[in-house]
Amino acid sequence: MTLRQTVRSRALPLVLGAALVYVPTAGLSAQRQPPPPQGVRIGLTYSPGSRPGLFVLPLRGANADSIRAIVSRDLDFGDRISVIAPDSGATPVGALNYPLYARLGAAAVLQMTVSRTGVHAVLHDVGAARALSVRELPLKDPPFSAAWRMTLHLLADDIERQVTGVAGIASTRVLFVRGGLLWQVDSDGANAAPIAGAPSGLSPAWHPQGYTIAYYEMRDDGTHVMMRDLAAGSTRRISTPGGTNSSPTFAPDGRTLVYASGEDGTDLIAVALDGREPPYRVTVGRGSTNSQPSFAPDGRRIAFTTSRLGRQEVYITDADGANPELLTTSGFGDQLYRADPSWSPDGRFVAFSTQIEGRFQIATIGLRDRGVKQHTVDGINEDPSWAPDARHLVFTSSRTGSKQLWVLDTESGRLRQLTRGPASRMAAWSPRLSAAR
Amino acid sequence: MKFPSRSLQPVALALVVLVASACPPPPPPPAPPAPVVNTDSIDAANRARAAEAERVRLENEARARREAEERTRRENEARLAREAEERARSAMAAVRAAFATAVYFDLDQSDLKPDARAVLDAKLPLLRANANVRIRIAGHADDRGSDDYNVALSQRRAASAKRYLVDQGIPADRIDVVGFGEERPAAMGTGEESWALNRRAEFEIIVGGETLRLP
Repeated sequence: MTLRQTVRSRALPLVLGAALVYVPTAGLSAQRQPPPPQGVRIGLTYSPGSRPGLFVLPLRGANADSIRAIVSRDLDFGDRISVIAPDSGATPVGALNYPLYARLGAAAVLQMTVSRTGVHAVLHDVGAARALSVRELPLKDPPFSAAWRMTLHLLADDIERQVTGVAGIASTRVLFVRGGLLWQVDSDGANAAPIAGAPSGLSPAWHPQGYTIAYYEMRDDGTHVMMRDLAAGSTRRISTPGGTNSSPTFAPDGRTLVYASGEDGTDLIAVALDGREPPYRVTVGRGSTNSQPSFAPDGRRIAFTTSRLGRQEVYITDADGANPELLTTSGFGDQLYRADPSWSPDGRFVAFSTQIEGRFQIATIGLRDRGVKQHTVDGINEDPSWAPDARHLVFTSSRTGSKQLWVLDTESGRLRQLTRGPASRMAAWSPRLSAAR
Repeated sequence: MKFPSRSLQPVALALVVLVASACPPPPPPPAPPAPVVNTDSIDAANRARAAEAERVRLENEARARREAEERTRRENEARLAREAEERARSAMAAVRAAFATAVYFDLDQSDLKPDARAVLDAKLPLLRANANVRIRIAGHADDRGSDDYNVALSQRRAASAKRYLVDQGIPADRIDVVGFGEERPAAMGTGEESWALNRRAEFEIIVGGETLRLP
């Protein structure tokens, strides 16, 4: 929570107490409001820079406080909504006092009720003084299990979509590497655990539909690119033995895997997963290192790291290998040493690491104007990966003294620590997931 | 006195004895005649025994001498063999050590430095004397730079070392290369001292290491 929100939530219980007095008349006044004119869309509008307030009402029932806390936190972490969720306060009965919530700065009110089968969620439009939507969420899974949490994350993302027009990113996970093993953690930092079967691996990547991942494994005889079905736990080797095979990424259509491969220098290799077409070489590196591919969302271009200039730089090439060009000629940074490109899911930006005063920092470049923005200064920050909202980045930072994953909102600059405990790195943000598996 | 015949001599001797004993006191019952012992054979036997003992002694001495000599000879031989083995072993150890010596690189570089060529040259005798030996060169990187880039960089370092050995006549198919990036550091910690130790290529025999022949 930001400081502003903290102050506000402390003041709220008093206001809320007064509100209860108003409830009957408020409900009536809401009903007396004239209907909207014909042809006007009912809904809340979101304009960048302003965060509509959402009041999350207290609720009663089994695990009620946890349910409210998880949903409120998801909405807060989305950074598009100003969540008003006072720690205490009565659960209102009857019609809502819309003018009161308007005075509290809320454009919407989320009213949840725990039922025997799950959660009943009503979203109120305060301006229109009426209910906007009603959702019934079955919560059959054991409380606090991954599936139970995912149901609540899906609710939060749906609420965020209704309030702002853009779905949230709560129903996502982040793959990462801890102690040489592949782990995953929920977007809110809960549920950190090795993936089923605890395979060793590096540099994981998500299939665009989720539930399947690619990574590379380091063995004594070389590195191998692997694919794993998370639900089935089955693993398949994609690369042929010998040399280095690393840094896999899926094309946005999910049918092609591109990775770095080679004995003396590496080039990007594209492999059709259905095996119908032979693998082809994307880059012509002539003994240089070409690695870390990241696709544009239309699948037509690839950002990657190369040493062809004698130093580490980010290039962009057509997916067939034509037209390789240096991403930026800007002379910022002390060694012109850039790596870890990640193309934003809306296609507008490439995030990367750039060395400044001997330390990697996270930067983004706008592809239209090639304007560069530096996002971090503390510690060493590297290996960014975009959330599906094209707004948040997860990256590795050493700012606490050990490598941990952090989440950055590139619009507000807000930062939160995602992992704690043993060193964590090589984060990959999942697409939106529809269920926990 | 001269006896008529040799056969009468014992008789004459007996008479003399009788006369002498028949004098004054009444004669006691005649004593049994003193046994006449001929020791010739005993002496001979004794001599023979002594001679035999002497012979055995001499023989034993000779055998002991021969055995001592044999032992000394064997010990000398064993010592020489041991020394030769020791020399061979230390020569082998030196050859193995020369083989296992790592090659170091500059930051973000995979080109061999001049001193690296000498280190690689020292590995050639072992590789040439043992045509059956296969080796693996493992490249490594320090922990600066991106993790994935470092895997490729370390692979290039191993490949540089391999290229040099192949240029010196070692068949390329006897050398595997692998890049471990920054995942297997030789020195922990940060600072140029650790980083320099981690930017390296390491050498390992993967086939034929048990039956190495000396160059």
